[in-house]
Amino acid sequence: MSYHDRELTFPHRHLLGIEGLSPQDIDVLLDLAEQAIEVSRQVEKKLSTLRGRTLINLFFEASTRTQSSFELAGKRLGADVMNMSVASSSVKKGETLLDTAMTLNAMRPDIIVVRHAQAGAVHLLARKVDCSVVNAGDGAHEHPTQALLDALTIRRNRGRIAGLIVAICGDILHSRVARSNILLLTALGARVRVIGPSTLLPAGIARMGVEVFTDMKQGLQDADIVMMLRLQRERMQGGFIPSPKEFFRFFGLDEEKLNYARPDALVLHPGPMNRGVEIDSAVADGGQSRIREQVEMGVAVRIAVLGALAAHLPNG
Amino acid sequence: MKMKIPASPSVAHQPLALVNGRLVDGQTFDCVRGGILILDGRILDLGPEVAPKNLPVHSRVIDCGGDFLSPGLIDMRAFVGEPGGEHRETIATATAAAAAGGVTTILARPDTNPPVDEPAVVDFLLRRARDTGRVRLIPCAAMTQGLRGEEIAEIGLLKQAGALAFSDGAHSIANSRVLRRVLSYARDFDALIIHYAEDRDLAAEGVMNEGEFATRLGLAGIPREAEAITLDRDIRLVNLTGARYHAALVTTTLSLDIIKRAKDAGLPVTAGTSINHLTLNETDIGDYRTFLKLAPPLRREDERRALVEALASGLIDIIVSDHNPQDVETKRLPFAEAENGAIGLETMLAAGLRLVASGEVSLQRLIGAMTLRPAEILGLPQGRLRVGAPADIIRFDAEAAYVVDPSKLRSRSKNTPFDEATMEGRVKLTLVEGRVVFEEE
Repeated sequence: MSYHDRELTFPHRHLLGIEGLSPQDIDVLLDLAEQAIEVSRQVEKKLSTLRGRTLINLFFEASTRTQSSFELAGKRLGADVMNMSVASSSVKKGETLLDTAMTLNAMRPDIIVVRHAQAGAVHLLARKVDCSVVNAGDGAHEHPTQALLDALTIRRNRGRIAGLIVAICGDILHSRVARSNILLLTALGARVRVIGPSTLLPAGIARMGVEVFTDMKQGLQDADIVMMLRLQRERMQGGFIPSPKEFFRFFGLDEEKLNYARPDALVLHPGPMNRGVEIDSAVADGGQSRIREQVEMGVAVRIAVLGALAAHLPNG
Repeated sequence: MKMKIPASPSVAHQPLALVNGRLVDGQTFDCVRGGILILDGRILDLGPEVAPKNLPVHSRVIDCGGDFLSPGLIDMRAFVGEPGGEHRETIATATAAAAAGGVTTILARPDTNPPVDEPAVVDFLLRRARDTGRVRLIPCAAMTQGLRGEEIAEIGLLKQAGALAFSDGAHSIANSRVLRRVLSYARDFDALIIHYAEDRDLAAEGVMNEGEFATRLGLAGIPREAEAITLDRDIRLVNLTGARYHAALVTTTLSLDIIKRAKDAGLPVTAGTSINHLTLNETDIGDYRTFLKLAPPLRREDERRALVEALASGLIDIIVSDHNPQDVETKRLPFAEAENGAIGLETMLAAGLRLVASGEVSLQRLIGAMTLRPAEILGLPQGRLRVGAPADIIRFDAEAAYVVDPSKLRSRSKNTPFDEATMEGRVKLTLVEGRVVFEEE
């Protein structure tokens, strides 16, 4: 079977961010992902959309779930997938990002999936290679497939995105997940709030169309979706917050704080979780959590994205 | 006309007459039709009287066709590469760019390798400039040894060797006690201190102006306060010591308030800003364009407008190119990893003329901020159109339009923020001490 049953067209050659996508583009990717869920649930999971194509996962930052999710998505579409991570590459030996890009480009890949610690690094790379590029996270800038999988999870559970109140909580300052989600959810008509201590809220964030809270009780009031963010270990001590203990007390999602939200509010987390820092185990594993479902949606969204870009490949 | 012409003029003493021009400088002339007569490197006469019908017989005459004639520009902040950064720029290439851009005097930044913190390096620069430079180059020496911000540099000896000002270049002195001593000591020698004000702890890992745009790009921001806090401290130390102080680059309204208060109080304080901060804003960074990664960072549009107003009112004294050549390897990187800086010697006049064309600043004020004011601050005789002044003069057409082609720029590095931009204003002739150092082909 093909999941290209309907006429769903995506007009972009790369996926560098949610910025630049129209609401229609986002809907197309979510509809394609919806179909792709079925692919992964069959016994025979293999399609031929990317047969003969080469996909390179180029990860300058360690990642288990995003990388394996892209790898599975590529394989289920029939592509040859190569994983390149920084630890085993020559980047550590002083080769620049662009040298690496040119080297890989000479190997004639069809799609490169890139994660890099610096904002804008994926854009820089995309300008220098001939193939399609997917941003798997660049610094604190964007992580578009995460936002798409979050949206897909919300849409499947609530049937819509428009009009929902979504609260994004924790380290907004360093979070690419927060930025991509803000762009996507506001584009589709959700009311987005960000909640965190002021030291973890970036300047001018309200100008991105969100409501800003520094108190969980107020921020979670009437929320339909509670999206927790990972607090990076190196940011836990002293610099931005006094201690993980204090952070958990005021911003960690436990059952008490979850009660401030709507009774049927859903809990999301991009993973990996710091249990007892930003989220309590009882909530993470509780009935309102959709964290495991997010992982399944992640594969579906990446199948959808890679498949959509395939249409723009030469001879595609 | 009252002119003393040698009885038998040789070629060396041949008068040069620039006629049919429009004279503009920072003081006397505001688009006055006329010409300039030059003899032995100095201005012999100027004004409406200098016209083809009444020139000395042996004069070489250049008809300027209605173009502007102004003093050559004096740029108080440019990195010329030598010593130690010759892969980025040399005195030969920097001064070629300067000549083509109408800049006739460069105050060269001291944060070279080795830094300009001993008289031998000042001497080296002056000799290199004499042997390889096209325009005047004046060394600015370090104000602390090794630019480390710890011990006072040999200000007296450096000044004797020919340094005209003292600065740690891109380094800001964090330690208030050290800066106090530098200022106190400098005052004894009537030495000008030029300081770049930035609180490094507050700027931290920031790479662009803090605010919505940085947040959208996911880049760490530098708040305006990083500049203002240090500048405010500096002014208090000027008040304490009485030293002559020049704020190298002011880029925010917070800083403008501080400079205004200092000037109102009668302190010996002057301020400059860069041509980039007057003509560009943070949104020009667009899709992570590293050629627009500067220190201090480009600010918001309302800040830029306030800077232009401060230039027009004279609160900002001077405009610098902040010429900072960077090679491809340090710019073709993710934004946060790229070096700061943009070249500017060759485009600063044309970029400044944008402000005149838009009606934000008068031509006379623009030229004054690039000629007379820096000359006054540095105590130089050039920078004005006046009988007896050195004949550092440029001719330019303020309307000639062209597109900036980086490959044609004379600087060794091509990191121009005006890449592919349309400019109006072209220098056609540059004279240093009456010698032609640039002439448009």
